[in-house]
Amino acid sequence: MTMTTTAAPVTETPARIEGRSPWLLAWRRLRRDRVAMVSLAIIVVIFLVAVFAPVVAALTGHPPNEQYRQTGLTPDGLPRPPSGTFLFGTDDLGRDILVRVAYGARVSLGVGVVATLLTVVVGVVIGVAAGFLGGWVDTVLARLIDVVLSLPFLLTAIALVSLSGPSLTLTVLVIGFFSWSSVARIVRGQVLSIKEREYVEAARSLGAGDLRIMAVDVLPNVLAPVIVYTTLLIPVVISVQASLSFLGLGIEPPTADWGGMIAESRNYYQTSWWFMFLPGMALVFTTLVFNLLGDGVRDAFDPRVDRLIRK
Amino acid sequence: MVRFLVRRTLSGLLVLWLISMAVFALFFITPSNVARTIAGRQATPEIIAAVNRRLGLDQPLWKQYLSFVNKALHGDLGYDFYHQVSVAHIIGQALPITVSLAVGASIIWLALGVFNGVMSAVHPRSFLDRALTAVSLFFFSIPSFLLGLVLLYFLYFRLTVAGYTWFPAGGYAPLSAGLGPWLNHLILPWFTLALISAAVYTRLTRGSMLDILSEDYIKTARSKGLSERRVVYRHGLRSALTPVVTQFGIDLGQLVGGVIITETVFSLPGLGKTSYDAITQQDLPVIIGIVLFAATAVIVANILVDVAYALLDPRVRMH
Repeated sequence: MTMTTTAAPVTETPARIEGRSPWLLAWRRLRRDRVAMVSLAIIVVIFLVAVFAPVVAALTGHPPNEQYRQTGLTPDGLPRPPSGTFLFGTDDLGRDILVRVAYGARVSLGVGVVATLLTVVVGVVIGVAAGFLGGWVDTVLARLIDVVLSLPFLLTAIALVSLSGPSLTLTVLVIGFFSWSSVARIVRGQVLSIKEREYVEAARSLGAGDLRIMAVDVLPNVLAPVIVYTTLLIPVVISVQASLSFLGLGIEPPTADWGGMIAESRNYYQTSWWFMFLPGMALVFTTLVFNLLGDGVRDAFDPRVDRLIRK
Repeated sequence: MVRFLVRRTLSGLLVLWLISMAVFALFFITPSNVARTIAGRQATPEIIAAVNRRLGLDQPLWKQYLSFVNKALHGDLGYDFYHQVSVAHIIGQALPITVSLAVGASIIWLALGVFNGVMSAVHPRSFLDRALTAVSLFFFSIPSFLLGLVLLYFLYFRLTVAGYTWFPAGGYAPLSAGLGPWLNHLILPWFTLALISAAVYTRLTRGSMLDILSEDYIKTARSKGLSERRVVYRHGLRSALTPVVTQFGIDLGQLVGGVIITETVFSLPGLGKTSYDAITQQDLPVIIGIVLFAATAVIVANILVDVAYALLDPRVRMH
């Protein structure tokens, strides 16, 4: 797996032999990708905003769910445009949109990361098991993957969520339930080819059991496509979570969340553009930087793409 | 080919059967308040029991399920809980709207996506390639409900305020009302669906086209002296379309779910909006009817994709 630099002719100081794992190589390529690094920096900033949302609330002096019916609404009871007091304006209940956008980042990033991790862990475990064990395990799991992939996603997700009312935990579970199958399918395909390799045979002839081979020899070799898929899955999950909230199925009001805020703004878009556009821009911007980073990660793991274009 | 079709149809039926059981089970895990809603606030327990009896909800779960399957096998999907309209009729009413939406949108996104993808791949790293990549990444990142609202804001609201009433705020006009109104009501929903998917197809076509254009047989075609246009479109694009067809199959199947949001934003009473309404009212016969219908669409789409593979790529025909 590791590559070594060719040793220089023997001299006083032997040439330093440096092990470069595929991970290190990928990381180096990623670090040279300016767009990806800027995106990564912005993602870090968005994470900080999410973590320090209470600080934003303290700085403005406006708690996220506080309704300023006097100062935050016009005499006609409409949202107020951005101003010195309310930098992003107010919503239909006179709440500070800036503070709510900051708190909304917690929901989007939280669900995005947790649901994605859940998806990937379940998908990898099932994919490795199906691909490596084969036989009836593979038959059952492959059929299960087919069933989940033939369910109309959003329709079933809405049905599931509506049964027990909006909740964040359920949103995470529903997204995880529907997404693991694509990860499992990718991983299963990879494992099918990996298990025929010599090093797996070598491990087996040394007396390693199925579990050990799966964990030590197979798993590390399927991680590259999984990491690429994970980075690109996060923005999709954020988008789905926002869509569920938009349909009123994501999270219980008055908790601030981007999709929910955009839904609330629907009756006010003719008078109060900021109510819809500012949370909307936060949402698009976040998914955009994740997608840019994901593209970079993919190119870093698959430099072939780059070479194809250069020639 | 026949054996393949038979095997796929059988496994599709198995999947449908599993889904029907899953939906039934899900519905009964949570307490239903359908009878209470229908009977009204003042209803006595006797009235609620009577409503439950009329709807067949007093029967044990397995009996309800068997009766559903029995009727479904005879082509009867039952009646909705609230207005006793047959589910087949409800689906029949909503289907033309969703089909209009889906067909129009998919034509737009396929045309846009494949054309832009080829343009990008033929001139990699050019200004055009970078611009198209940036634009598709943007549309790829915007959720459909937001794109729909943004289109409504600028193309309905802003234009109307400026005195140009080009697009309606929503709703549907059937084709029987004339081609003009039909188009007019569908253009914004079409682009809402299409711009996002076109982004996916642009990226997909570009990647697959770049792979294909570096193959040896493309060099052969060039060295034979074929025109560049012929090389790109006849030799390159044809093989590059395989992943596009896969994706199209998946997307087509998922459209019934995918149109929920577009139909909600533009108040189109198609399958998506109907199912959303049915779900919020726990109208089981309608939910199960539409879910099964949608799942059938997914399965049929998958089978069609496999058939399309064989037509596009002679190598697949062997298996």
